[in-house]
Amino acid sequence: MNVGVGLPTTTPGTTGELLLDWARRADEGPFSALGVLDRIVYDSLEPFAALAAAAGVTSRVRLATMIAIGPLRPTGLLAKQAASVHALSGGRLTLGLAVGARMEDYEAAGVDSRGRGRKLAEQLAYIRGDVDGDRIGPARDGMELLVGGMSGQAFSRMARYADGYAHGGGPPRAFASAAARAQAAWADLGRLGQPRLWGQGYFCLGDAGRGAEYLRDYYAFTGPFAERIAAENLTSARAVKDFVRGYEEAGCHELVLFPTVADPEELNRLAEAIA
Amino acid sequence: MRVEIVGGGPSGLYLGILLRRADPSVEVRVAERNAPDATFGWGVVFSEETLGSLRDADPETHLEITDTLARWDRVDIRYRGRELRSRGHSFSAIARKRLLEILQRRCRAVGVELEFGVEVSELPEADLVVGADGASSHVRRLGEFGTKVEAEGSKYVWFGTDHVFDAFTFVFRETEHGVYNVHAYPYDEGMSTFIVECPIETWLGAGHDDMTEAENLTYCEQLFARDLRGRELFSNRSVWLDFPKVTNTVWHDGGVVLLGDAAHTAHFSIGSGTKLAMEDSIALANALARRGWDVEATLLDYELERGPAVERTQAAASESAGYFRRVGSYTHLEPIQFAFNLLTRSGRITHASLGIRDPRFTRALDARFGRSPVSPPPAFSPFELRGVRFENRFGLEPSGLVAVSAEGRVTPETPTIDEWSPPSGQVLLQLGHAGRRAATQPRSVGVDLPLSEGWPVVAPTRRPYGPFSAVPGEPDEAAIREQFVAAARRAGGLGVDVLELDMAHGYLLGSYLSPLVNQEDDRLRFPLSVLDAVREVWPRVLAVRLSMADWHPRGNSVSDGVAIARAMAEGGADLIHVEAGQTVHDDRPEYRRGFLTALSDRVRNEARVPTLVGGHLTTIDDANTAVAAGRADLVLLDLPTADIDRPLEASNRLLQAGVSR
Repeated sequence: MNVGVGLPTTTPGTTGELLLDWARRADEGPFSALGVLDRIVYDSLEPFAALAAAAGVTSRVRLATMIAIGPLRPTGLLAKQAASVHALSGGRLTLGLAVGARMEDYEAAGVDSRGRGRKLAEQLAYIRGDVDGDRIGPARDGMELLVGGMSGQAFSRMARYADGYAHGGGPPRAFASAAARAQAAWADLGRLGQPRLWGQGYFCLGDAGRGAEYLRDYYAFTGPFAERIAAENLTSARAVKDFVRGYEEAGCHELVLFPTVADPEELNRLAEAIA
Repeated sequence: MRVEIVGGGPSGLYLGILLRRADPSVEVRVAERNAPDATFGWGVVFSEETLGSLRDADPETHLEITDTLARWDRVDIRYRGRELRSRGHSFSAIARKRLLEILQRRCRAVGVELEFGVEVSELPEADLVVGADGASSHVRRLGEFGTKVEAEGSKYVWFGTDHVFDAFTFVFRETEHGVYNVHAYPYDEGMSTFIVECPIETWLGAGHDDMTEAENLTYCEQLFARDLRGRELFSNRSVWLDFPKVTNTVWHDGGVVLLGDAAHTAHFSIGSGTKLAMEDSIALANALARRGWDVEATLLDYELERGPAVERTQAAASESAGYFRRVGSYTHLEPIQFAFNLLTRSGRITHASLGIRDPRFTRALDARFGRSPVSPPPAFSPFELRGVRFENRFGLEPSGLVAVSAEGRVTPETPTIDEWSPPSGQVLLQLGHAGRRAATQPRSVGVDLPLSEGWPVVAPTRRPYGPFSAVPGEPDEAAIREQFVAAARRAGGLGVDVLELDMAHGYLLGSYLSPLVNQEDDRLRFPLSVLDAVREVWPRVLAVRLSMADWHPRGNSVSDGVAIARAMAEGGADLIHVEAGQTVHDDRPEYRRGFLTALSDRVRNEARVPTLVGGHLTTIDDANTAVAAGRADLVLLDLPTADIDRPLEASNRLLQAGVSR
């Protein structure tokens, strides 16, 4: 299993300078990928813009949306943005897509949230089927496609159109159960081999109070679940190690750990914890 | 710190004890609506594991409880005049009334304030309010918990009897109105719980809705007179009930928390209600002590710890409730298979785990399949169908779709019958026409991605299958039927034992079967005509691959699927290959390990036709359990390939090496 790290695009106080510094360090460090989240109504950076910036200062790590909310963007534009980051990074994009969980993002984007599942399926078929590939470049060869979500439809879309599954976070046991569903869907759709399985978690190895405060705020839209998510934040090297081991046992291929505090020192602490 | 507990059942009282034990400075009051000695229900069940938790949490109550327990390690199954016995199921039970007495006395000893006859209409003032007031909790209505309550399972009524059973006893009794079943177990030296259950159709047929409480009791007493050995049934407001399945999206709202049945119920047929409730009390008390009485952090810990365990138990309980709801469909099974099906109904016992508890039982089961006193497990037993012998239950090699024509190929790589030659081994030749799912890019890229330069597709609809799919043209039914017949003739010369017609997953024949695709009234017309024509020229085993349900609100349900399977069997199919979904691209599948096994169970036992099933069965144990329980006759395994240097998965790999030819 590879371990990647999130870019601090949704934590407060991230400057352009900090983002680039973070990306450079991650590219030098033991991490396999840089992940980003997607949200409109929040003080956060747009995922493709952030990955484009990171592409310029990195040469090795994969750049992954974990996930981007596909239906917020018109299909041709989504394909264009993804293809551009893929080209700018020399073919390092992993495009994770899902329908997301916040209606306010759809309202802010001026997109009808009804039919979002159907629209995501269309976008996946468009991108993977190379529907307009001869007209809309750059080429998307080698772009890894993931689908996230917990519904049965999310798993069948994943198996139908993508290379793997992007899990939304939780204890290793929850990941293992989702992984079994992904594998069952993969075989049911007659795909060969195994789906790539991506997992994610949150960590804070410095000021745990600040990390928890951020998670409570970021997940306030989930009501009572915000506290649960904050409680699951990995706040010690031991917790990170156990989590990494748990995910590896559960068959995860790429685990991306997202920061909850935008402090570059967090990267060093995480690197030590997983060493 | 002040804690108000609403509800003086086992979980509420036990929590009170544990809190005072942890910190005698905490004020704890339990408010109960009824009198101290009023109790409903007879005995309650504990597992050995639960007793262990009770011992660790409070040795004093544990000692008193174990002093009075009735214990057993056997499950007896009375069916068709026989009694089958399975050992190794360590359980115990106690009179609910006695349990409450013990807990009340202990509450008083540790200084819990007890108040009886108190109706709590509004939330009391306290640092923590606990709603331990049962399935129809009042406290729950005073907060926001995302509560859902729905009836599940059959009708049931809860009696006591002075006949002392010496094991947990299931009784199945067939009547002219349907099957009744009993769950009976001893709970002290003089009494047993005796729950009678029957599906709603049986209940209405027998006229229970028109009977008085006394008439119902007499009816049950007479129906089970032999099992009661002439003893009586006793009523304690014993009326027929529907079981309420309670779920809550969250178990706490501010400083109010739900405990036991108020938070979650689990169908009585797995006997876990009191166990879950008292384990809740232990988890909550431990979390409070661990978190230094920080209520917010405690309640979160409590939910995180208990949530997954409760969810698993509730899922198992619902499976069990469904089993008893369908009990009538299993009465064609011979006794030992019936018994194994019953024991494995909730998915918590498998062939392998029962083999550890009760090796004699699985040996008898294996012997029945292997027809020899020392036999390998059921998946390794031979099976015969229409003169074709299968050496085991998992060795069939599916060919993948072989198209009856070039037009019917899924991708350019799909072989047509003219190009196909059988691999070695016993082959399942899967013959089909991809219909509106034809002319797509190779599966290495994805599924249902149309080719930019494809070929025309056909279906009984003008609607394309998925995004960017081609608009289907009208099928030439006579020509396609003739292609199936020609393909079957050709297969006859290739030494194929099993020919399968693909009527699943929204391929051409499958698309005819679904109301989501085909608007004609007689949707079986064309698929049955193909089956009929192929049956004429194919003398060996003929299978039909079916989507048993469309997984779509306007599509075929499982019951529709069973009816279709029955029609196929009557039309000459020897074997139903159970699949589900993919009729339309935006269905709502329910993927998990073994996701098709329950569907196969329904087809095999309701339509009474042999089945073949896959659905991500990942262990030999899955195969043994499905075959032994009569849920399937043949299985397709999905054994994980793993590196030998990963020790946890090495055993799987060894198993796989052992079974491949």
